Amino acid sequence: MRAKDVLGRRGEELAAGYLEAQGMRIVDRNWRCSEGEIDIVALDGDALVIAEVKTRKSLAYGHPFEAVGVDKLARLHRLASAWCRDHELRMPLRRVDVVAVLDDGIGEPAVEHLKGVG
Amino acid sequence: MALGRTYSVALVGLNGYIVEVEADIGQTLPAFIILGLPDASLNEAKERIRSAAQNSGIPLSRRKITANLIPASLPKRGSGFDLAIAMAALLASNDVRSTGRTVFIAELGLDGRLRPVRGVLPAVMAAVRAGYADVVVAQANAAEAQLVPGARVQGYATLARLAFDFGADPQDLALDFDPAPESSEAEAEAGVPSLVPPDMRDVSGQGDARRALEVAAAGAHHLLLTGPPGAGKTMLAERLPGLLPDLGDAEAMEVTAIHSLCSLTSASLHLVRRPPYENPHHTATPAAIIGGGSGLPRPGAASRAHRGVLFLDEAPEYERRVLDALRQPLESGELVLHRSAGTAAYPARFQLVLAANPCPCGKATGKGVDCICTPTMRRRYLARMSGPLLDRVDIQLQVERVSLADFGQPAAEEDTATIAARVQAARERQLGRLLPFSLETNAQVPGRVLRGALRLGAPTTRILDHALERGVLTARGYDRVLRLAWTLADLALREVPEADDIGLALNLRQAAVAA
Repeated sequence: MRAKDVLGRRGEELAAGYLEAQGMRIVDRNWRCSEGEIDIVALDGDALVIAEVKTRKSLAYGHPFEAVGVDKLARLHRLASAWCRDHELRMPLRRVDVVAVLDDGIGEPAVEHLKGVG
Repeated sequence: MALGRTYSVALVGLNGYIVEVEADIGQTLPAFIILGLPDASLNEAKERIRSAAQNSGIPLSRRKITANLIPASLPKRGSGFDLAIAMAALLASNDVRSTGRTVFIAELGLDGRLRPVRGVLPAVMAAVRAGYADVVVAQANAAEAQLVPGARVQGYATLARLAFDFGADPQDLALDFDPAPESSEAEAEAGVPSLVPPDMRDVSGQGDARRALEVAAAGAHHLLLTGPPGAGKTMLAERLPGLLPDLGDAEAMEVTAIHSLCSLTSASLHLVRRPPYENPHHTATPAAIIGGGSGLPRPGAASRAHRGVLFLDEAPEYERRVLDALRQPLESGELVLHRSAGTAAYPARFQLVLAANPCPCGKATGKGVDCICTPTMRRRYLARMSGPLLDRVDIQLQVERVSLADFGQPAAEEDTATIAARVQAARERQLGRLLPFSLETNAQVPGRVLRGALRLGAPTTRILDHALERGVLTARGYDRVLRLAWTLADLALREVPEADDIGLALNLRQAAVAA
């Protein structure tokens, strides 16, 4: 496993823990299909939450949030539909969240969470 | 609350309007949006502001920043809103404390320095008029902004220092960044040689022309000089601004405001006390003379010559529509330019000086033996200056080549200072007489006043009445002669013009070629 994948994996663990602490129920992790991958699928009350996790060691290459562009958002929405189809579920309440993890490997990692983007 | 509010000024022509800048931070993915009809350069503000804030040590929020410029319907252009938007965004993220009614007018550099912008003087004037006395500008604009009475101006070199004064956390701020002052400021002090204005002493002979110039200066009359090449028409015209009195406080502000809008460099501007002199080339377009350009029109040479002299050398060579476009400002002293982006009004109360050769080859002078032009060519040449335009020119003088007898004794002539003193005295007499009519110079006196409150006795105006009856003079021409006569009387320190003044005035008007 390469260093960046290790970092990404650790970020996703942190994010999942954070979302659970916020009262969400994690229902799926790293779900893949031909279109791409969903990092975290969770339930927030009645709403299905598709969460994208971005992890960075520093802000040197910009904030993790800035790495989520319009294309990425559109794909996340398509993936949400694909996940529902795959699981034969009808979830009228759906949203896409983005979780940013800043983890320099020394101090306490910082987690930021944006709900219902795009 | 993630909302910040600051103020800036939008200029439409010379009129400024207070613009309220709101910035809101939305909890969603990073973006920067500017609302309120920004033009391209204002839209680029986003990138300047982000970098400037980052490099000043107070990065903007990594969320969606929406800046709204109010009123939304007023088109806004230029980079002068940078600072107001940046401060509003910093306020929204609670990085600085409230700025109250402070008005911010400056462009931001990527390194966080404050850069000067055009039109600071009219913008600050508008802010003060609207009741916003506290103004923050770039250091290089501070002197200009301070010209406005009642303004409390703060000049800053960097965004970091400004943020510090508004309570930002000094730990993060790049306070030791101290950019060298704008190079233009140093240039203004060292690079530009101080111009020595040309002196009347250099003009040999030309008694009539010197006299006509003095009369033109004293009464603010428009002037046409015709004569062969080398007679000294340009030389005379260049010396007219030197004869005019200094500008009053209000006039100086008007002139400086226009120059502030036009200045291509960001050199620090001082109050313009001397009447300006504009000398456009005869290939100039109407837009260059009366103002124009894309979007909101910018002032042209006629407005830059406001309260000064507009000299059109080789006047018949100008496009006819350029010359005719000057008729409106000659009457009203103002240029109102309508474009799709809006209407801009610029003052344009200039003194017009036209110079022309007598014919295309320029040799139709004296007996005109060398002239190769046919009479038709000659007539057509001068007819390019339309009748309605020339009708507004009080003094029309033929300038001959200087004779050998007058040449070579340069020291014998009166200098500019001596003549300017007489002009000043004549202006004061006019002001005393015309103040009840709220006028300043003889050239401005309308016909109803000339023929009403200032009516002269019939014996005095007899030759004039004759000329009108014979159809030699138009009614407007009649009034022009009367105005000249008043100026001649003012120069001679007489209370009222006499028949001689009328005769001389008629001469100054008719000496023009009637080829």
